[in-house]
Amino acid sequence: MSDVVEKTLTALPSLLSLDSQPGSAKLSSTSKLGNLIRGITELTSKHEEEKLIQRELTSIKDQVSSPNTSMRQMKELMVRAIYCEMLGYEASFSYIHAIKLAQQGSVLDKRVGYLAVSLFLNESHELLLLLVNTVLKDLQSTNLIEVCMALTVVSQMFPKDMIPAILPLVEDKLNHPKEIIRRKAVLALYKFYLIAPNQVQHIHNKFRKALCDKDPGVMTASLHIYLQLIKENSEGYKDLTASFVTILKQVVGGKLPMDFNYHSVPAPWLQIQLLRILSLLGKNDQSTSEIMYEVLDESLRRAEMNHNITYAILYECVKCIYTIQPKSELLEKAAKCIGNFVLSPKINLKYLGLKALTYVVQQDPKLALQHQMTIIECLDHPDLIIKRETLELLFRITNGQNVTVIVEKMLDFLRISKDDYTTIDLVGKVAELAEKYAPDNEWFIETMNTVFSLGGDMMQPDIPNSFLKLLSEGFDSDEEDRKLRLFAVDSYVSLLQSEPNKLPQRFLQVISWVLGEYSHLSAELEPATVMTLLSKLLDLKHTSSETKSWVLMAMTKLCEGGVAISVAQDIYETHSSSMDTVLRQRAQELQHLSQDSELRGRVLPRDAGLMPLEVDSSLSFLDGFVSEALAAGAAPYKPPHQRQEELAQAKALSLEPYSLSLPISMSSCSIADRQSPTLMSMSSGLSGDSTDLSHKGGSTTLKLDGVKRVWGREGYLAQREPVEETAQVEVPSPLRSPSQQAEADSTQSQTPTPTVTPELEQDKQQLASSLFVGLGSQSSVCLMGKSDPTPQRFRRKAQGRASSSGASEKTPTSLGSTPSPVDNLLCNSLLDSNLVSEPTNQTPQASQSLDTTNGNCHEELTDVKENNPSLIHNNEEPDKPKDLCLSSHLPTELSGLSHSEITPLCSNQSVNLSACHVQKEDSLQLVIFIFNSSDSALQQMQLQVDSGELKLSLITDSPVEEVRSHSVAVCHYSVTVKRPSVHVEVLGMLSYQLPGGTPQTIQFSHKLPLTTFIRPLTLSTEEYGSMWLAFSQDTKQNLTLINDDQDPLTTTLNVLKKKLQLHVVEIIGVEGIVACQLVQDQPCLMHCRVHAGTLAVWLRSPVPDLPDCLLYHCQRALQEH
Amino acid sequence: MQFMLLFSRQGKLRLQKWYVPLSDKERKKISRDLVQTILARKPKMCSFLEWRDLKIVYKRYASLYFCCAVEDQDNELITLEIIHRYVELLDKYFGSVCELDIIFNFEKAYFILDEFLLGGEAQETSKKNVLKAIEQADLLQEKTIFHLQSVLEKNVICP
Repeated sequence: MSDVVEKTLTALPSLLSLDSQPGSAKLSSTSKLGNLIRGITELTSKHEEEKLIQRELTSIKDQVSSPNTSMRQMKELMVRAIYCEMLGYEASFSYIHAIKLAQQGSVLDKRVGYLAVSLFLNESHELLLLLVNTVLKDLQSTNLIEVCMALTVVSQMFPKDMIPAILPLVEDKLNHPKEIIRRKAVLALYKFYLIAPNQVQHIHNKFRKALCDKDPGVMTASLHIYLQLIKENSEGYKDLTASFVTILKQVVGGKLPMDFNYHSVPAPWLQIQLLRILSLLGKNDQSTSEIMYEVLDESLRRAEMNHNITYAILYECVKCIYTIQPKSELLEKAAKCIGNFVLSPKINLKYLGLKALTYVVQQDPKLALQHQMTIIECLDHPDLIIKRETLELLFRITNGQNVTVIVEKMLDFLRISKDDYTTIDLVGKVAELAEKYAPDNEWFIETMNTVFSLGGDMMQPDIPNSFLKLLSEGFDSDEEDRKLRLFAVDSYVSLLQSEPNKLPQRFLQVISWVLGEYSHLSAELEPATVMTLLSKLLDLKHTSSETKSWVLMAMTKLCEGGVAISVAQDIYETHSSSMDTVLRQRAQELQHLSQDSELRGRVLPRDAGLMPLEVDSSLSFLDGFVSEALAAGAAPYKPPHQRQEELAQAKALSLEPYSLSLPISMSSCSIADRQSPTLMSMSSGLSGDSTDLSHKGGSTTLKLDGVKRVWGREGYLAQREPVEETAQVEVPSPLRSPSQQAEADSTQSQTPTPTVTPELEQDKQQLASSLFVGLGSQSSVCLMGKSDPTPQRFRRKAQGRASSSGASEKTPTSLGSTPSPVDNLLCNSLLDSNLVSEPTNQTPQASQSLDTTNGNCHEELTDVKENNPSLIHNNEEPDKPKDLCLSSHLPTELSGLSHSEITPLCSNQSVNLSACHVQKEDSLQLVIFIFNSSDSALQQMQLQVDSGELKLSLITDSPVEEVRSHSVAVCHYSVTVKRPSVHVEVLGMLSYQLPGGTPQTIQFSHKLPLTTFIRPLTLSTEEYGSMWLAFSQDTKQNLTLINDDQDPLTTTLNVLKKKLQLHVVEIIGVEGIVACQLVQDQPCLMHCRVHAGTLAVWLRSPVPDLPDCLLYHCQRALQEH
Repeated sequence: MQFMLLFSRQGKLRLQKWYVPLSDKERKKISRDLVQTILARKPKMCSFLEWRDLKIVYKRYASLYFCCAVEDQDNELITLEIIHRYVELLDKYFGSVCELDIIFNFEKAYFILDEFLLGGEAQETSKKNVLKAIEQADLLQEKTIFHLQSVLEKNVICP
C-alpha cells in the first residue's frame, strides 16, 4: 500500500506543485485534509474514528464561525466538512457557510462553495432560497466560469418557486456564443421542465432552436427535453420524426467530430437517446414508423463490433423495432440480435437478452420457444438476478397448460429469496396466475396456501381480499363452489391441527373467515371442533388483536350446539375484560349471539356472501324508535349550528336587522353534507385515477387490476382434456406432441446442444416440454396480436354486483355502525322540514340572503335582465311552456333567488325540457323543468345527467317518475366543478313512456360558462402571499387595458370584478392582486401589473387548467367591454 | 440516473452524488444497504441488480466500486459505459488514476462528474470537451492563486 501512497503523493495534481512556492497557505490546507484522511486510515476501530471526526468537526465549527477566517480558509474548511459528511457525520452547521462561500468568495472559492451546496442540500432544503441571489448575480457575470458554475448548480437543484426570477436570464443564455453555456442553459431548462413544466411552456420554440444548434453537444442536451416532452405527448411532435431520423442517420454515418466517438462508435449516448425518442414516436403509428425503418436497419447493420457499447445500441434498436409498427424484415433481424444476447457467455448480455425476451415475448412467443434450453439453464443460474429475470419471462408466457410448472418454479424462488421487495412482487404474480389459470380446486387452494404462508404479512392486502371474494361470490355452478369451499375448509383444518403458530397473521385471518363461513359444508366437522381449533389461535402469543377479531367473528358464526356454546362462554370470560375495546365488543357479541340462536340466524345468515348486502343509508329502521321517543316527550334533534344559533338568539338581542336566514344556511349545509360521500365515491371511481394507480402498482408489484378475472364452469369443463394432455407430456420420455416436436426440431439448429450428461439433458428436455407447452401452436398465427388465445381455466361469474364486494371484506367490524348514514338522516329530515315549513315567510328572507351571501351588484343586474328575456322568449315561441309559469315551479328554497334565463333544452311532441341555474355561494343550482305537453301522463320517467367536468348531485329527494298531462316536473341539482374547462357541458337523457306506448328517450346537452362557477374569494394580502407560493399551476399573459379613465388599472379590475365576480384584494400603484374561487374551494389568484400600456397578468392556482380558463374569460370580458 | 456512489472494497464511501431529493437519513440507509449488497456479490456475477424499484448498475475498478441507480426502463449497458467513461475521464485528468487520487482530491472528482453528468443526464460525452471545461476552470483557479499570492506577498513585505 505504501508505494501506492508515494505514487499518489508524487502524482498529486498541478495544484500541489504550485504550492511549493514559499509562504503559501494552500499547502498547509491541503495537508490538513491530508492529515485528516491519513489519520482516519491509521485508526483501527469505529469508535476511534468517531472521536477523531468529532474533534475535527468541532475545530471546523470554531473556525467557520470566526470572523477572521478568510474565504480561502473557508474553502478548505468546506472541503473537510464535505469529507466528514461523506463519512456519515453530520456537519449541518456548515451549510450556511457553504452558501456564504458561494456568494462572497472569489471565483475559485465559489467553485467549492457551489459544490458544497450541491452536495449538502437537496432541492427542498429551505436554505436554498438564500442561494437565489448569488445565482442571479453569477448568471449576469461577464466571467464565463462564473456563469458556468451558476448554471451547473441550477441544473442540479433550484427552488421551484424561484424559477421565474432567473428564467429570463437562463433563456438569454440559449443565445450565448459559447456552446458550453448554451448546453448548460438547455440542461437547466430541462431541470425546470421536470420540476415545474408550466413555467417553461412559453419557450418550447426555443427548444427547437436548441435542437438545430450547430454544436452537437447542445443538440444532444436538447434531446433530454424532447424525450420528456414526447413521453407525455407523442402526438405533438410527430413532425419532428424526420429530423430525428436525419440526425440519427448522420450520427450512424460518422458525420460527427471524432472526439464524440466512444471506442470508435460514433456518439453512442446520442444514438440511444434518438432511438428512444423514435420508439415513442412510432408506437401505434404506421406512417411515422415507416419513416424510421431504413435508419433502424442501418443502425443494426453498423453496430457489429463486439463491444458493450454496440450491444447497448443494439438492445435499444431491438426495443424500438418491437415497439413501433412491425416490419417483418426488421423483426427477423431483431430476433437474431436477441438470440445473440441470450446465447452470449457474458452474463451481462445474457441478462439483457432475457430482459429483451420478456419485453417481446407477448408479441412473439415463438422466440421464447427458440431459446427454451437457454431459458431452462438460466432458471438454475447461480446468480439470483438472472433467475429472477427468467421468472419474469416465464410469467409472461404462462398459459393454462404450463401454469403448474411455472408457479412451482416461482414458489421455489420465493422460498430462497430474502428480499422483501421481490417477495411482494412475486407473491402477487403467483396469486394472479393461480386465479387466472388454476387447473383444479386442490391445486388452487394449495398454491394459495403457499402464497399466504410465504407472502406473510408483507403482501398486498388485495390478494387475500380478492381470494375471499372469489370464494364467496363463487362461480356459475353451485356444485363446484361447494367443492372448492369444502376443500379449502379441509385444508385449513389440517393446517390448524399441525402448526398454526407458524402461519402469518393475514393467512390466519383468511382461515378464520373461511372456517366461520363454510365449515358447515363439511358433514363430519363439528362446529365445536372448529371452535376449539380457533380458540387455540387466541392463546398464541403472536396473534395480533386484528386477527383475534377475525377469529372471534368466525366463532360467532359457528357457535351452535352445547359444546360450542360452552367454548364460547369460556372465550367470553377471558376476553370480556380485555383492554382492547374492539375485542371486548366482539366477545360481547359472541356471548349474546351464542345465547340467542334465532337472533344469530338473522344477524349472520348462512351464505350471506351470496346475497348483496343492502345498506339503508337513511337509517329508516330507526324511524319507529325516533317517533316513540318523540311521543314520550323527547326533544326533536337539532343540528349543532341550529342549536348554536338559537342559543345566541336566546342570550342576546339581535342587533342585525335580519338574522342569517335559516333556509339558505340549512340547505347549503345539506348540500355540502350530501356531497361528501358522493364525492368520495366519485373520486375513487374516476377511471383516469384508477388506471394510473393500477399502472403504478403494476410496475412494482402485482397487476390485479388489468387482469380480467374470469372464472366459470364452461372454462373449467373445457380444460379437463388439456390437463390430461399435460400429464402425458410430463411422462419421462421425449413424448412431446407432434407439433411441439416439430417446433423444437426446427429451432434446434439455433440452440446449441448443451454438453450435459444424458440424464440431466433429459430432465431439462422434460422441463422444457412442460414449460413451453401451448406456445408453439399459437406462435405461428399471431406475431403481433396481443390477444390472449390461451383458454382460461376458471371463469368467474360476471361481476355485476360491485356493491356486494363489501361481503368479501366483511371484516368483524361490519357489525359496527358507520357514521355517514347518520349525517344523511339529518340532512333528509332537515330538508323535509325546510320544504314544508318555509314557503310562507320565504321572500324577505331569501332576498336578504342574497345580499348577505353575494355582496355583489352582479346579482341584481342579472335579476333585472332575467325577467325580460323570458318574456321575449315567450313571444317568439308560443308553443313552449311559459317561462314565467316555469319559474313558479322553482324549488321552494330557490324561488326567491335570482335565476338565470330559462333556456329550452329540447322538445318533442310530448315533452319540453328547459333549464335554468341559480348561483349560490358554494355551488351552482341547476334546475331542469320537464313539461308534459301531451294529453296523457308520462310514466316511468327517468332523467339521467352526466358531465365530464362537473359533479352533479340530485337535491330532490326522490326522482319524479310520473308527470301528469300539461304539468311540470322539476329536477334540482347541485353542481360543482370537477375539472375546469372554458365551457362546461351537461349531457342528459330523459326516458319515459306514454300510457300504452313504447318507451321513448330524448337527449339534450346544456352548456354552462365557467364564469357561473366563479365566486369572489375574500382574503387578506398576507393570506394571498402565502397561498401564492403554494400554488403550482400558473399562466401569464398580457391583456388589453381599458384606458378611458385616469386610473386604468382600477377601472379594468372593476370591470373584471363586475363581470367575473372576482375579489380585488389590494391595488398598490401599478400592481393589483385579485382572488377568486371556483366552487367549491378551488382558489385562483391573479397578479396584475400595468406594463407598457398592457395589463400583464399572472394567474396561479392549485387546480390544473383553471388559470388558463380564467384567463380566457378575463380576455372575453375585457373585449366585450 | 437517480444517484451515483463510489465506495472502496472495505465499504468506505468515496464519492456520492444524488440526483433525486432524499433526506439525509434515506441517503445513509440506501448507501449502507447497497454497499453491503454489492460487496457480497461474487466477481463473476451480473453487473446489474434489482433493488427496490430501481436498477443498480455497478462495476469494480481495482479496489473501487462504481455504482449507479437507474430506472427500470433505462438501458443498463449504456449506464455501465457511463461509469467507464467517467473512469476514463478521471484517468486522463489524474494520469493513471488510483483510489488515493480520488480520496485526496475528491472535490476534483466531483467537478469532473459535474461536467460529465448534469442533473442525472449525460451532459457532454466528448472526452475532450469535458476535460477542456475542467482545465479552463483550473487554469483560472491557478491564475487567481498567483494573483492572490502576489497581493499577499506585497502585504507581507510592505505592511
